[in-house]
Amino acid sequence: MIELTRRYCFPAAHVLARDDFSDADNRRLYGKCANPGGHGHNYAVEVTVRGPVDADTGEVMGRSQLDALVSERVVARFGHRLLNEDPLFDGRVPTAENIAHAIYVALEAPTARLGTARLVGVRVHETRKNSFAYREAS
Amino acid sequence: MVTLSRAVEFSTSLRYAKAGLSDAENHARFGDRARQHGHNYRLELTVCGAVDPVTGMVTDLKDIQAVLDREVMDRFDHRDLNCDTPFFEKLVPSPENFVRVLRELLVAALPPEVRLARLRLQPDADTWVEWIEPEQAP
Repeated sequence: MIELTRRYCFPAAHVLARDDFSDADNRRLYGKCANPGGHGHNYAVEVTVRGPVDADTGEVMGRSQLDALVSERVVARFGHRLLNEDPLFDGRVPTAENIAHAIYVALEAPTARLGTARLVGVRVHETRKNSFAYREAS
Repeated sequence: MVTLSRAVEFSTSLRYAKAGLSDAENHARFGDRARQHGHNYRLELTVCGAVDPVTGMVTDLKDIQAVLDREVMDRFDHRDLNCDTPFFEKLVPSPENFVRVLRELLVAALPPEVRLARLRLQPDADTWVEWIEPEQAP
């Protein structure tokens, strides 16, 4: 079984705070990440697909196809934005856990439309010290 | 059961070419990759095995390194995949095909106390393919 992973980067801002919590409660829960003015990260996203190797191209999926998809659906969408304003985070705090899941949801169906490879995982590096992975149970 | 990973890095040239196609036809199919180019590949081998109660080790790392030197470094480092190895006469040397070649070579050469779990081949910092060995009954 072969998986292909490509890594993409975008800078974005977020605020970790629930609308239904007081500022003090958000501060207690999320610490400095609840700063109402926001803060930002250079996010790095690893997108992993799995599928049969095409006998002709020798590839699980064309790199340029995957790059175009992730550029459109992820990098252009989230790069240089405040993530809290994206509809994917309506009623949902844009923690890195939720970002990984949101990216998975944004990529799953369009990846399947490209060919025989299927999305199997998304890992989000929020800093060099933290990363969060979402994988469908296989 | 404990896994042990060891990585090697090697510098290798290649070009994507299908036998019987002209240079122009290969370029039309594979783009810039049809020209001779090269990568600093990183290969991470992960094996698993039981910890020996006497040594406290799964295996002697020197033995793993010797296998990597013999099967990977000696064959591929500072070589050309198309001209200097017999593996890509009919296969394009994509990372997907290359990792399958490496898997066959390494499985046959590993010491008996370990078995292959994963093999990650990274042609550049933002791309990797991973062979995942199917789970075996213990």
